[in-house]
Order: sequence, then structure tokens, then C-alpha cells
Amino acid sequence: MLSVFLEVLRRDLLLAWRNRADVLVTLAFFTIVACLFPFGVGAEPNLLRTIAPGVLWVAALLATLLSLHRVFSQDHADGVLEQLLLSPEPTVLWVLAKVLAHWLTTAVPLIVAAPALALLFDMTQSATEVLILSLLLGTPILSLLGGVGAALTLGLRGGGMLLALLVLPLFVPILIFGAGAVDAYLAGTGATAHLMLLGGGSLGALALAPWACAAALRIAVE
Amino acid sequence: MLEVTELACLRGDRMLFANVALTVRPGELVRIAGPNGVGKTSLLRLLCGLALPEHGQVCWKGVPLAQGREAFHRDALYLGHAAALNDLLTPQENLRFAAACHGLGVDAGACELALERIGLGPQRELPAKVLSQGQRRRVGLARLYLSENVPLWILDEPFTALDVAAVRDLADWLDRHCARGGMVIMTTHQDVPFATPMRTFDLAESAC
Repeated sequence: MLSVFLEVLRRDLLLAWRNRADVLVTLAFFTIVACLFPFGVGAEPNLLRTIAPGVLWVAALLATLLSLHRVFSQDHADGVLEQLLLSPEPTVLWVLAKVLAHWLTTAVPLIVAAPALALLFDMTQSATEVLILSLLLGTPILSLLGGVGAALTLGLRGGGMLLALLVLPLFVPILIFGAGAVDAYLAGTGATAHLMLLGGGSLGALALAPWACAAALRIAVE
Repeated sequence: MLEVTELACLRGDRMLFANVALTVRPGELVRIAGPNGVGKTSLLRLLCGLALPEHGQVCWKGVPLAQGREAFHRDALYLGHAAALNDLLTPQENLRFAAACHGLGVDAGACELALERIGLGPQRELPAKVLSQGQRRRVGLARLYLSENVPLWILDEPFTALDVAAVRDLADWLDRHCARGGMVIMTTHQDVPFATPMRTFDLAESAC
């Protein structure tokens, strides 16, 4: 039963490697969006320090959104999705593998690049650590909820735009608690509550989203 | 044994066909016939459980599909219009992945052998995007050579884009599957020389 999970994960990671330009584009987008803000609001260090967590979180959110359509669309077009749905193994297993592959190839590079961008905004090292922790706990929710959105909009005309309309409102709480964690840390109240909420959100999404995703995929191929 | 009773298919708000009854027993080769647009592919998708019927049910070994999904998917193989290939993977990788997802438990050697039998030995390690239409088709069909123990084969236009020799080889392999006690349900517009007596099911008679 685990074999289908590992096979799908292995294949998606291999495809991401062969298609690594896609991963780099997402990363470049993240960097550019974050770099635009200082140009827009001015290079006043105190201001930059204040907006940094929010800006980095919004940039990560948009970069994730940009890559979401890739989770299922190619397999849908190729007919691989049909074959996966005809697998005797439970659908949620390979859905989870696909979402995990998406997280590993999109969110992890963003998290790795985030400290460099934090430096650009003159964030302190300890604040950066909280930011990274909040990204680590929060981005799985983006991948899981985004996967449901990607499955729901699969094969629809203008699916990309619809996907944004569908998932961006759902990302709002993650943004609030993600950026809020750093703010709370800087304000001296401690980030534990925010981080625990993000972690809880991740676990909740992990428990529910794969099932929703599997149901949406069944509808999409019908 | 596959049993279909009172099957009806709705496409959009148009009823494609209704009251389809069909029984396929071990060793039988059934061809679904009918003009374009009559719903042959839709029927095959209903049979393999990719779509849900508007009315009626499909039973495998006496159990309705809705209740015995996993057991049925272990016993059935469906090859649709799309070859289910990823362009960035080689035929070998594509075939191994397809086999693994269906729990066929085959190793790399068996996949190599299957690709050689279908005539893709030299192209085994090329990315699928450089393959011709017929070669792509063959990669999908190579799964048939790994699925001897899967009793029910549901094939949508398996002979499209194949050359004459490949059509003959495939027909021979389908014959042997039926001789082993397997079942084949397929659509085709070609005249293919089968040794097994072919039963033709005319879907046009059930069209609405």
C-alpha cells in the first residue's frame, strides 16, 4: 500500500528535477515580488523591518499559487490521472504523495531562500528564525488547500483565475497567523500561540484535504 | 464475469443510451460497435468505473462496482484514448510507474521485456516526447504484456496508429488472453483478424 505513495512521490520529484526551470521560476517570482516592496514603500529601515514578515508571507503565498496548477494539470491532460484513479490502492495515498511532492519542490526552496530576503529587509536573526518556523508550519496548509483548489478547477476554462479566487480567501488565516507570529515575537508576547495554531491547521488540513481532493479529482475526470 | 444491467448514460443533458444489458464471460472477446458519438467511450468508462451511470449498474463477479471497487480495479485494466505517458519520462519509466500504481509488482527486467515484445527495445531510454504517435500507443499497450493475470481488459481503440505487423501481434496477444480465460471488451473501427470468435455488441440499438 505504501508502494503507490512512494512511486508517485518518486515520479513527481523526478519530473520536478527534469523540469527544474519551473521550480526556479517560482523561486525567482518569490524573490522579485519581495524585492518590489522596498521600491514601492521606500527604503526606510524601520518601516522595512515592520512590513518584512507580511511581505515575505504574501510573496510566498503568491508564489505557491502560481505553481498550484502544476499539481494535477499535466497528469490530467496525459490521461495519467485516469490510470491513477483506477489504481486498486486508496486515492488519498497518492493524492498525499502529489501534494507532498508539490510542497517539497515549491515551499522548501522558498523557505531556503527566505533568510536571504529577510536580510534584505534588515530583520534580526531571531525574528528570521521565527519567520522560517512559521513558514515551515504554515506552507503545508497552502499545498494541501491549494491541492483541493487545483483539483476543483481541473480542466475548466480560465481555471487559473478561478483557482486564485477560490484559494486566496482561504489563505487569509494562514497569512494572519504566519506574519502575526513574527510580530508577536517582536512585540515580546512570544510566537508560541501563533505557531501552534499554524501547526494545528497543518494537521487539520492533512486530515481533511486529501479526501476532498480525491473526491474533486473523481468529479474532474467524469 | 462482468454483468451490466439497464445501464444508462447521461452526457450533459442528453441521454446517450439507455437499457444497455451486457454479460461478458471468461474467454469472451466483445467488440462495442456503433457510429461516432454513440457513446462507445462513455460506455467503456462506465464499465471500468471512471464514470458513474445515470441508471443501472455494473457487477463484477456478482458484486456491484460501488461496493467492490478495490477488488474490481485489481482485476481490470483500462486503456483509454490518451496513452497515459509523461513526455519527460522514458517509456521504461512510464511503464514501470503504470505497473506499480496497479500493484502489478513487476521489476525493471519485466518492463524491459514487455517493451521489447511490443517493439520498443531501442527506444526504451528515450524521453517519450520524441516518440511517434504509434510508438506512444505501443508504450501504453506494453502494459498488456505485464497484465496476464488481470482477467478483464477494457481497450478503447487499441489499434489506432499501429502498423500492420503490430496490429497482427496485438490481435494474437488478445486471442491468447481469451484462450487463457481472460475477457476483452474493446472498440475498434478496423477489421482485425481474430482467431477467437468475436461478439459484436451494437450500441446504436440502445441509443436514445
